[in-house]
Amino acid sequence: MSNTTPWSPSAREREREIYRKNLQARKRVIALISTVLVLGTFSAILLTSPGWDSVKATFFDLDYGKEVFPTVIRGLVVNIQLTLIGGVAIGIIALALALLKTTKSPALTPFRFIATAYIDIFRGAPLILIILLVGFGVPALRIQGLTNNVIVLGTIAVVLTYSAYVAEVIRSGILSVHQSQRAAARSLGLTSRQTMRYVVLPQAIRRVIPPLLNDFVSLLKDTGLVSILGVTDAVRAAQINASRTFNYTPYVVAAILFLLITIPLTRFIDRQIRLGSEKQNSEGLA
Amino acid sequence: MSTPVLEIVDLRKSFDQNLVLHDVNLVVPEHTATVLIGASGSGKSTLLRCINLLEPIDDGLILLDGQEISDPAIDVDLIRRKLGIVFQSFNLFPHMTIRENITLAPIKVQRKSRDEANELADELLKRFDLLEKADEYPDRLSGGQQQRAAIIRSIAVNPRLLLLDEVTSALDPVLVNEVLSIVRDLKSDGMTMVLATHEMGFATQVADQVCFLESGLILERGTPEEVLRSPSHPKTKEFLKRVHEAGRL
Ligand SMILES: Nc1ncnc2c1ncn2[C@@H]1O[C@H](COP(=O)(O)OP(=O)(O)OP(=O)(O)O)[C@@H](O)[C@H]1O
Ligand SMILES: [Mg+2]
Repeated sequence: MSNTTPWSPSAREREREIYRKNLQARKRVIALISTVLVLGTFSAILLTSPGWDSVKATFFDLDYGKEVFPTVIRGLVVNIQLTLIGGVAIGIIALALALLKTTKSPALTPFRFIATAYIDIFRGAPLILIILLVGFGVPALRIQGLTNNVIVLGTIAVVLTYSAYVAEVIRSGILSVHQSQRAAARSLGLTSRQTMRYVVLPQAIRRVIPPLLNDFVSLLKDTGLVSILGVTDAVRAAQINASRTFNYTPYVVAAILFLLITIPLTRFIDRQIRLGSEKQNSEGLA
Repeated sequence: MSTPVLEIVDLRKSFDQNLVLHDVNLVVPEHTATVLIGASGSGKSTLLRCINLLEPIDDGLILLDGQEISDPAIDVDLIRRKLGIVFQSFNLFPHMTIRENITLAPIKVQRKSRDEANELADELLKRFDLLEKADEYPDRLSGGQQQRAAIIRSIAVNPRLLLLDEVTSALDPVLVNEVLSIVRDLKSDGMTMVLATHEMGFATQVADQVCFLESGLILERGTPEEVLRSPSHPKTKEFLKRVHEAGRL
């Protein structure tokens, strides 16, 4: 590489370069025209529609949006807290479930059954039903010491459901580790527990990080569902304002705020996935 | 004669209806190398996996230093600590550097301190000319370097018996030699080994005993001279002829 003679492009290569540049420029012009045409048509249809003025007033009222912004933001903080605290709890419970479901230890047989049943139930039932059942069912039991706090109950319901999803994701990661990795570890004298801890799990978790991050984004969105219990999160805050004034701008504000978090997050995740798959491809070549 | 490191008596192993090994008898004295040859599917890998207790056996005895390790009451983890095995591929742990791969068992199984284990690892890596790769991850190494690292990892726990299963078959001829030279070194160190290989020339060099497997039976055995140069069984002759035609003798 270093000891080649200095290179300057040949005449032919310069021609090709000019051609490529022209082609690029033409592509950009076409993309621009097409975009302007399509967006212009949509906006024209929207803005000239008979109902546009009233839609604009009830959904996109800028002044009202500014007014409710602080309340909705305060609600969103609840969603974020719920996501972070719930995320940690989900991680721990899901890992335990995944390990229980993959264990072969005879002493843990009953727990393996419990883990399997748990995952079946909470993965199969709609989240909103679990939230309603936990949120209204637990207080109805009137057991001393059990909380009636809707935020706590809502979080528990979300954690119950998501633990089941995430447990399956982790388990699929565990199963994806090639069995000869296990054999190699066992033949070095590592116990099955050490093999799981030092050889299988680290590889499994690495592989499932992208799907787990996607679940994390879903979790953030689904925390909005706890609003049905009366938790004043972003959705509920918007709802209170909207039903007071019959103006739906607060919903739009809430939606935009969620998007402001989820879009960058998903972009980040996509990049991680791409980098990860590039890495795997290069590993495959080795 | 002293107790052999490994003794196998009338071993039998099947997968469902498929009888893979039967009437296998084998004695491996200390400091000797036994080479298993035979066509694909003849049961070489299965035999090595049985010795390492990775596969349950149907009948027979496996004795390590005179102790029956085919006893179901035995502590499998304890026995495996005395045995090293290197497979054809997928050996190294991809999420650990070479040094971490080598020190994992010394630290977690033998309870050595990290410093002590690192020192041992570096000594071995240096000896087998791989020290500059100590901090690399396995995917940054060539196939031959990976296999050498895998062999180093398995000898770092001082096994009584080293099992090598076609450690060169995934490699091109140049890399084959660098892996074989490490096996030769181990042999001259006095390591007791059982290895499956398709490299007949290499088998001639290191083997004290060559066993020809055919459909799960050791059809012929003897010194490399006897088995490879003047085989007596027609099946052995046929196999060697095919190997010869493939240009591997
Ligand atoms: N886990 C398994 N389950 C079922 N059958 C198996 C299993 N492992 C091996 N066998 C069968 O046992 C027989 C012997 O296989 P083995 O891998 O021991 O052959 P080998 O001599 O090592 O061949 P090669 O030279 O191709 O590695 C084959 O018929 C194979 O299909
Ligand atoms: Mg094999």
